[in-house]
Amino acid sequence: MTQTPSMTDATIAANTAEPGASLWHDAWLRLRKNKLAVFGGGALIVITLFCLVGPWFSPYTYEQQDFAQYAKAPSAKHWFGTDKLGRDQMTRLMHGGRISLGVGICATLVSLTIGVLYGAMAGFFGGKTDAAMMRIVDILYALPFTVFVILLMVVFGQKIVLLFVAIGAVEWLTMARIVRGQVQSLRKQEFIEAALALGLSQRRIILRHMIPNVLGPVAVYTTLTIPAVMLLEAFLSFLGLGVQPPMSSWGTMIKDGAELMEEFPWLLMIPAAFFSLTLFSLNFLGDGLRDALDVRTSKD
Amino acid sequence: MPLLEVKNLRTYFHTRNGVVRAVDGVSFEIEKGQTLGIVGESGSGKSVTCYSMLGLIPQPPGRIESGEAIFDGVDLLKAKPAELRQIRGKRIAMIFQDPMTSLNPYMRVEDQLIEPLLIHQKIERKRAVELGVQALQDVGIQDAANRIRSYPHEFSGGMRQRVMIAMALITKPDLLIADEPTTALDVTVQAQIIELVKRMQAERGMAVIWISHDLGVVAGLCQRVNVMYAGRVVESGPTASIFRTPQHPYNRALQKSIPALQPKGAELYTIAGMPPDVSKPFVGCPFAPRCEFAQEVCRGPVELKPGDSGQATACVRVQNGELKL
Amino acid sequence: MFRFIAARLLQTIPVLFVVATMTFFMVRVMPGGPFDSERSVPPEIKRELDAYYGLDKPVFQQYLAYLGKLVRGDLGYSIKFANRSVNETIATTFPVSLQLGGMALGLALLLGITAGVMAALRPNSALDYAASGLSMMGICLPTFVLGPLLVFAFALKLQWVNASGWFDSTDIILPAITLGIVYAAYIARLTRGGMLEILSQDFIRTARAKGASEVRIIFRHALRGGLLPVISFLGPAAAGILTGSFVIEMIFQIPGLGRHFVTSVFNRDATMITGVAVFYAALIVFFNLLVDILQVWLNPKLKY
Repeated sequence: MTQTPSMTDATIAANTAEPGASLWHDAWLRLRKNKLAVFGGGALIVITLFCLVGPWFSPYTYEQQDFAQYAKAPSAKHWFGTDKLGRDQMTRLMHGGRISLGVGICATLVSLTIGVLYGAMAGFFGGKTDAAMMRIVDILYALPFTVFVILLMVVFGQKIVLLFVAIGAVEWLTMARIVRGQVQSLRKQEFIEAALALGLSQRRIILRHMIPNVLGPVAVYTTLTIPAVMLLEAFLSFLGLGVQPPMSSWGTMIKDGAELMEEFPWLLMIPAAFFSLTLFSLNFLGDGLRDALDVRTSKD
Repeated sequence: MPLLEVKNLRTYFHTRNGVVRAVDGVSFEIEKGQTLGIVGESGSGKSVTCYSMLGLIPQPPGRIESGEAIFDGVDLLKAKPAELRQIRGKRIAMIFQDPMTSLNPYMRVEDQLIEPLLIHQKIERKRAVELGVQALQDVGIQDAANRIRSYPHEFSGGMRQRVMIAMALITKPDLLIADEPTTALDVTVQAQIIELVKRMQAERGMAVIWISHDLGVVAGLCQRVNVMYAGRVVESGPTASIFRTPQHPYNRALQKSIPALQPKGAELYTIAGMPPDVSKPFVGCPFAPRCEFAQEVCRGPVELKPGDSGQATACVRVQNGELKL
Repeated sequence: MFRFIAARLLQTIPVLFVVATMTFFMVRVMPGGPFDSERSVPPEIKRELDAYYGLDKPVFQQYLAYLGKLVRGDLGYSIKFANRSVNETIATTFPVSLQLGGMALGLALLLGITAGVMAALRPNSALDYAASGLSMMGICLPTFVLGPLLVFAFALKLQWVNASGWFDSTDIILPAITLGIVYAAYIARLTRGGMLEILSQDFIRTARAKGASEVRIIFRHALRGGLLPVISFLGPAAAGILTGSFVIEMIFQIPGLGRHFVTSVFNRDATMITGVAVFYAALIVFFNLLVDILQVWLNPKLKY
C-alpha cells in the first residue's frame, strides 16, 4: 500500500514557505529560549563591563595602600572591604578580572588559532599527512599538561605573555581534533568536490569553504575552553607560578584570601564568588550554544 | 472466548502542540491461533494500539484515556506494572521493525536470547542456553551453538530478525505481535521471514497480530485484516473480502492505488489530499475530506458496525445502504 | 586483543621519550638551577655533583647518559638534598598521593554515577535539575576555593576533622572530597547524558517487551553502554586528579608527591623535577592504556 498524496491547491496554499531561516538564525532563536544560557550571557556582559569600565569610576587604584584601612570588612567606603595592606578590594577585583578574563581570552585565542589551522589542514589533506599530524597530537595529548606548564613558567620566567602562550599551547589539541573531525566529514560532501572541480585552490577552499562551516563546534568549544584556561591560570597563581604581585588576578586574590580566611572571610569569598560566577556563566553559555547548534538534539 | 479483546481503546499524547489522538476508539478481537493483520499508513495508530496494550507507551506525554484490553481475563490496561510484566515476554511477545537497533549491541546474543527464560521461568542458565541454541536452530540459523556467542552486529539483517523472532518465541507465548518486522529487509529476506512466522504459528498454534503498511505482506499471512485510518478502524474482515470487496471508500482507494494492479501506461491512481492531523479535533468521518463519496451524513457520528459476511465497516453511507462499493 | 595491547604499549615509548627529552632540556635552561653558573655551592659538593651528573662533559653526552640511566630506572639524586635519591623520595611520598587520589576517584565515581543514573531516570524533574545544578557548581568551583571553604566549615567551625596534616585516619576525608567533587560533577553529567541516550534506544523497548523489570533494564542493559562516556573520561580524570593533588596537598599539608614536586620546582631542584615529571608522565600514559583496554573490552563494536 503506497501512499502517494497529491497536493490539492488548497494544501499548497496552506503550506506557504516560512521566511528563510539560516542555521545561525535558528540557533540564535533556540539559544534565546534557554534561560540558563541567557542568564550566563547576561552575567558575563555585566562582569566584563564591571572589570573593564569599573576602575575609571573607582576613587582608588589597585595598588594604593592605606594602612589605616587595615583589613576592613565591606563598608560604604570600601564596598568589598580592604586587604592587609589597606588596598581597596573592589578595585583590585576589577583589575584582577581584567587579568583573569584577559588571560582566558588570549590563551583561548592562541589555542584556537593553532588548533583550527592544524585541524583543518589535517582533516583536509587526509592520508599520510593526516596520520602523521594526528600521531603528533596523540603523543602530545598523553603528556601531563599541568606539569609542563609549570615547567614552562619556571623555565621562562613569569611574564604574563608567556602565560598566554604556555596555556594556549597546551589547550589547542582538543580543538585540533574537533576541527579535524568536522573537516573530514565536510570534505566528503559534494559541494567541496564542486569547488575542487571549479579549480579553486586548496588554500582558498580551506579558508573560504571549510572554516566557516566548522565555526559551530568551534564556537561551542571556545566558550568552554575559556573557563578551563581561567582555571589553569588560577591554579598556577595559587601555586605562586602565575601572575606576580603587585599585579593580581582572581587566582592570586583567592590564594591570599584563603590564607586569611579565618579572620577576614570576605577576602576569599568575594573573589571566589566572582570567579565561580564567571565560570558558571561561560559554561551555561557554552552548553546553550551546543544545544542550540546541534540540530539532532532539538527538543521541538 | 477470544484470546484478546480490545474495546474502545483511546490513547492520546499530550504535547506542546496539542493533544494527538493517536488511537481514538479502537475495538477488535483475536481468537486463539488466529492471524490478524493491521494495516494503515504512518500515523494511523496501528503501532500505538499494540504498544498501549503492552504498556510500552511513555506515560507522559502519552496517556491511555479509556478502553479495555482483556487478555485471557486480565485487563492489560488496568493491570499493575508487576502483573503486566508477568505477561509481557511470557504470554504476549513482540518483535520490532529494525532488528539492528532493537537488539542490544553491547550484549551477546546468548544473553539477550535467554533473558525471557531467565525472567519468567525458574531455570538454570545452562538449560536456558540449551533452549536458546535450539531456538536459533528452529529459526534456521546454522551453527547455532557457536553463533549464539556472537554480538548482534555480526549478523546480517535477515538473521538478526530471525534472532528477534527466536527471542520472542522462546517462552512459547500465546500471542505474537509483529510490528512491521520486514519493512527494513530486502524483498527476498522478507519472504523468508514471513514463511518462518507462518510455520511457527502453525506449529505452536500461536495467535499473531501483524502490523504493516504493506497490503501484500498481510495478504500472504493473515486470516483477518483491520484497516486503520486516523486512529480508528475503518474496516475489518476476512482477508479475501477486504481485498476483493472493500466496504469502505478508504480501503477501496487503497486497493486501487496498488501500482501492480493498474493498467500499464495510465496515470497512477492516488488518493487526493493528505492524512489528517490527529492533533486537531474533527467531527464525523476522518476520511470525509478526501472521500469521493462524502455527503452531509458523513459529518455525523461514525462507528464501526458489522455488516454481512463477517465484514465490518465504519462508512455510514455503506452501513445505511446508500452506497454500494 | 593481545596485539592491541602490544601496539599500544609500543606507542607509549615515543611519549615517554618526548617527555624525558623535553624535561631534560627545559630544566637545563631553567634560571636559578644547578646548571646556572651563578649558583654558589660548596666546592666539594660541586665537584661530586659535577662528576655524578657529568657536568664536565658536553651536553649531548650528558643527555645520553641521562637516557641510559632512565632506562634502567635510575632517576638520580636530588640536587638540593644530595643524599636523597629521587627514587626513594617517590617511593615514600607517592603512596600517600595514591591513597588520596584513589579515594578521590572512588568518591567521584560513586557519587557521580549514582547522581547521573538517578537524574537520567527522572529527566526534567526537580531531582534532575538539582543534580545538574550541583554538578555545574562542582565544575565551577576550583579545588583551591572549595578546599578552604570546606576547611572553614568543617574543620574550623564544626571541628569535626583536622584542618590539615596527615596523621589521623580522618585526615583523608576533606582533601579527598575536595579533590573528588569536581570529577563527581563531570561524571554525573556524562552518566546522565550517556544513560539518557541509551534509554531512548530501541533495544530498551525490546527489553521492556520481554518483561524485564526496571532494575534489570538499568543494570543489565543500560549501564554498559551508558557508562562508556565515563570510561573514556577516566583517563583525563586520573590526570586531573594527579595534577589537582599538587594544590590539595599544599592546602592540607599532606606529605605526598605533589607537594614535593611543587617545592622542588621552587627549589630549582633539577633532578627531582625531571625525575618526578617523567614518573608522572609514565603513570598517566600507563593509566590511559588501561582505560583504552577497558573501553575495548566493554564496547564490542570496537573489537570487530
